[in-house]
Amino acid sequence: MSSHPVEVCDLVMRYGDRTAVDGLTLTVHAGTIAAVLGPNGAGKTTTIETCEGYRRPQSGTVRVLGLDPVRQHRELAPRVGVMLQSGGAWSAIRAEEMLRYVASLHADPVPVPLLIDRLGLDSCGRTPYRRLSGGQQQRLRLAMAVVGRPELLFLDEPSAGLDPQSRKAAWDLVEDLARDGVTIVMTTHYMEEAERLADMVHVIDHGRVLVSGTPAELTSTGARNTIRFHARAGLDTTALSDALPPGYVVVEAIAGTYRVDGDVTPHTLATVTSWCAAQGVMPDDLAVEKHTLEDVFLELTGRDIRHE
Amino acid sequence: MSELGVSARPGRQQPGRQHFGRMVLAHGRMETLLLVRNGEQLLLALVIPLLLLIGGAESGGVVDLGSGRRIDVLTPGVLALAVMSTAFTSLAIATGFERRYGVLKLLGASPLSRSGLLVGKVLALLAVEAGQVVVIVVAGLALGWHPHGGVVAGLLCAALIVLGTAAFAAVGLLMAGSLRAEATLAAANLVYVVLLAAGAVVVPASSYPAGMRPLITALPSGALAEGLRSLTRGAAIGWSSTGSRFLVLAVWAVVAGVVAVRTFRWE
Repeated sequence: MSSHPVEVCDLVMRYGDRTAVDGLTLTVHAGTIAAVLGPNGAGKTTTIETCEGYRRPQSGTVRVLGLDPVRQHRELAPRVGVMLQSGGAWSAIRAEEMLRYVASLHADPVPVPLLIDRLGLDSCGRTPYRRLSGGQQQRLRLAMAVVGRPELLFLDEPSAGLDPQSRKAAWDLVEDLARDGVTIVMTTHYMEEAERLADMVHVIDHGRVLVSGTPAELTSTGARNTIRFHARAGLDTTALSDALPPGYVVVEAIAGTYRVDGDVTPHTLATVTSWCAAQGVMPDDLAVEKHTLEDVFLELTGRDIRHE
Repeated sequence: MSELGVSARPGRQQPGRQHFGRMVLAHGRMETLLLVRNGEQLLLALVIPLLLLIGGAESGGVVDLGSGRRIDVLTPGVLALAVMSTAFTSLAIATGFERRYGVLKLLGASPLSRSGLLVGKVLALLAVEAGQVVVIVVAGLALGWHPHGGVVAGLLCAALIVLGTAAFAAVGLLMAGSLRAEATLAAANLVYVVLLAAGAVVVPASSYPAGMRPLITALPSGALAEGLRSLTRGAAIGWSSTGSRFLVLAVWAVVAGVVAVRTFRWE
């Protein structure tokens, strides 16, 4: 029995001549929430689905709760909750029937009314699945993943398409589960979600983990911050660039909006304000901005739009 | 543990392992519910067979049903049609869309095993067929049907229906597991119509040209319907009237079943 609920080691997965996962290694510790971030086609879903037992690793090893997800699927399935990115219910089935059905596949399910209430599904319990809104379907899928009291929960983009109220309900439920000791692995596109929920963030791209760390660790690496201010458009910024040490970037991306990127210190700030004084301009709305997870993510994975 | 108690309860070794039989029953119940609730499938399962039964009995010789009383020829054929509509057409269409909507994918990660899923589906088919048989037999009797052959023939009919269900279901799953959902929908309906028209379901094989008969009785539709007709019309139970029908259905069930298992794509 290995010590961590999820252990992926050197996983390689190819579809034809396209390599979806390329030597990925990932460990998730018991009772933590891990967020897997990455652009479309980075290999997130393939990795998660290999952990869920849908695909056999072509190379490398995957252990989930110490078991082989394919060969020991029968033992594993009752202990793992899975929320798919889409689908997973009969189109004619009513929301509450679907949840009761999934509950009936487990020996000791969470009471269905409790989950219906928690996720605000009471108003649509008798609505056929195909007529539920996207957000209602999403919440039902989350309820279906949770109803069997799993020890480990895989959530593939759990809050995609949810309105703010629904998203809060989903987040609260995920946080309660984590507090109860459930290990959670989620993929997401929302940096806010990862920052709020995750103990560990794994940024993956081109089938590899680029960086892993707590949200705080990731946002403080490189210590690159930004000074932003508004002033008269078209100022000559070369004097400011020359006054700053190497490694700082000064740009006027939008006319009248200036940005200084770099390791912002009180000295940097003083240099910027004295330059403004020399130019005879007032730096309006001057602000020092810390880098967010989103900035880190975009720096790591580039700013080009990806296609699936 | 939070007051909500959503997660695993402490002190339990195997959270959530449900008894196999209970899972299968739950699944069978769900599939039955979905089959019965689907209006189009109900049309196929009951309305068309009943219309053929009543229309065929009252139309008096528009279609040649061979020798004997028309209702005695029609009722076993309509029973075979009802089995075909449920075990083949309805099953194929429903399973095709289960694949399309990711239901099969979700169940792949659930505690319900593939064998449990299959047994649940078979239970649902048999439950729906039981309802169809009751309605058609009662309607047939009301129209003057006189089944012959007694208890043995009745039991053999039931066995033939179960084996016919296996054969049709194997072909239906073969289709649903390899074609797209829309293609399955079209093909399953087309095959139903073709077999109804040319598969010795309602019209007995003896009314077809002699050259076609060996081919027609080698189809699951012909084998099931001819078997039911000879058993309920009091023909002697023997190889050609009964045994060969069982063999044909068994071969279809095994061959299509093996191919279906090898080719079935779950997503």
